[in-house]
Amino acid sequence: MQAPSPILAAENLACRRGERLLFRKLSFRLEAGAACHVTGANGAGKTTLIRALAGLTTPYAGEVRRLGKLALLAERTGLDPDLPLGRALAFWFALDGVADPETMMAQLRLSGLAEVPVRYLSTGQLKRAALARVLGQAAPVWLLDEPLSGLDTASQGLVSELVRAHCAEGGIALIASHQPLDVPDMTSFAIEDFAPAETEEDYA
Amino acid sequence: MILALLRRDLAQFFPFTGSGAALPVVFFVAVAMLFPFAVGPDANLMARTGGGVVWIAALLAAILPLEKLVARDIALGFFDQLRLRGVTEEAMMAVRLLAHWLSFGPPLLLATFPSSALLKIEGESFSILLLGLLAGTPGLAAIGLMIAALTASLRAGAALSGLLLIPLALPILIFGAGALARLDPVSLGFVGAISLGLVAIAPFAAGAAIRAAREN
Repeated sequence: MQAPSPILAAENLACRRGERLLFRKLSFRLEAGAACHVTGANGAGKTTLIRALAGLTTPYAGEVRRLGKLALLAERTGLDPDLPLGRALAFWFALDGVADPETMMAQLRLSGLAEVPVRYLSTGQLKRAALARVLGQAAPVWLLDEPLSGLDTASQGLVSELVRAHCAEGGIALIASHQPLDVPDMTSFAIEDFAPAETEEDYA
Repeated sequence: MILALLRRDLAQFFPFTGSGAALPVVFFVAVAMLFPFAVGPDANLMARTGGGVVWIAALLAAILPLEKLVARDIALGFFDQLRLRGVTEEAMMAVRLLAHWLSFGPPLLLATFPSSALLKIEGESFSILLLGLLAGTPGLAAIGLMIAALTASLRAGAALSGLLLIPLALPILIFGAGALARLDPVSLGFVGAISLGLVAIAPFAAGAAIRAAREN
């Protein structure tokens, strides 16, 4: 039996941060093979959207629908800063049933860093390590929050490549970033388009 | 999955392997060593008050690691990643409670032997003290976990932890130290009962607290 094809959809979604309404009436639907690029200035609500889509926070209004396992790349990597990178990743790889951690690390050019404690890694290296963890999850739905920030040009190309491969295999990727990605057929929307107008009454 | 989590938590908190986690035990023994110097060499007085001092030292030793207990992993996104893999917050906190107790409870019980010798606690008093700590430390761990989870997202969390601890820890302290004063093992039953109650609610209270911490 084949796994049901993944879906990620938002319906009439509204989210707040503190007392401020960041966006409302946001609806979209992504099906197998779809990639979507969410743009927006800092503080516009990209991270808030991602956390709501991941089910980590309850949206102020509206609904999130998701079919299929989820992998999240966020600023908080979940990797123990005191452990060497190899062991920090090994914990998640063991949970996710990754048979071959070395290939996974080589794919993100982390092979030489296994003995380096996580807190000594550069921003870009840490980002690549978090991407390795995402890959290891083998989840059909990817939520990537700023996957390109802190990466050099070569690594940015690598991220685009990973997303292309993921979608070609029938995965869904939603990427929040203010930098461009090289993924064909990627849809995109700006989160500011859903920001409430200044004159708008409180939305419920 | 739960076993892997427990192994990881233990590696974080266990004395001598985790970062500075031996501190509670060192603190506990230090109190027992200093107390005789503070009150003078009256063996009678020490035998009478020593048990209470040991209890207070145990209580304070239990709250020393609180700051790292939950807040660090929230900031790390560790709980978020577990949540995405279908682990409930309650399960995460139950595992953490076990790891927290294992990291300070048994070492503290061992440290009670030299501490009691220093404070001239002997015979029946000693066995009641040891049994009381065995029954009481799980409850202290549960209180600690709840407080750590509740204050994790607050800036002045550490200061508040101390205040919150006082009323919550009183029942255990009263019955635990009370058993020593009257040499009455029956009170230890109460200590155990309070401990069990606290251990039972701690994963739920702490789990709800870290869920709530995500919303801001």
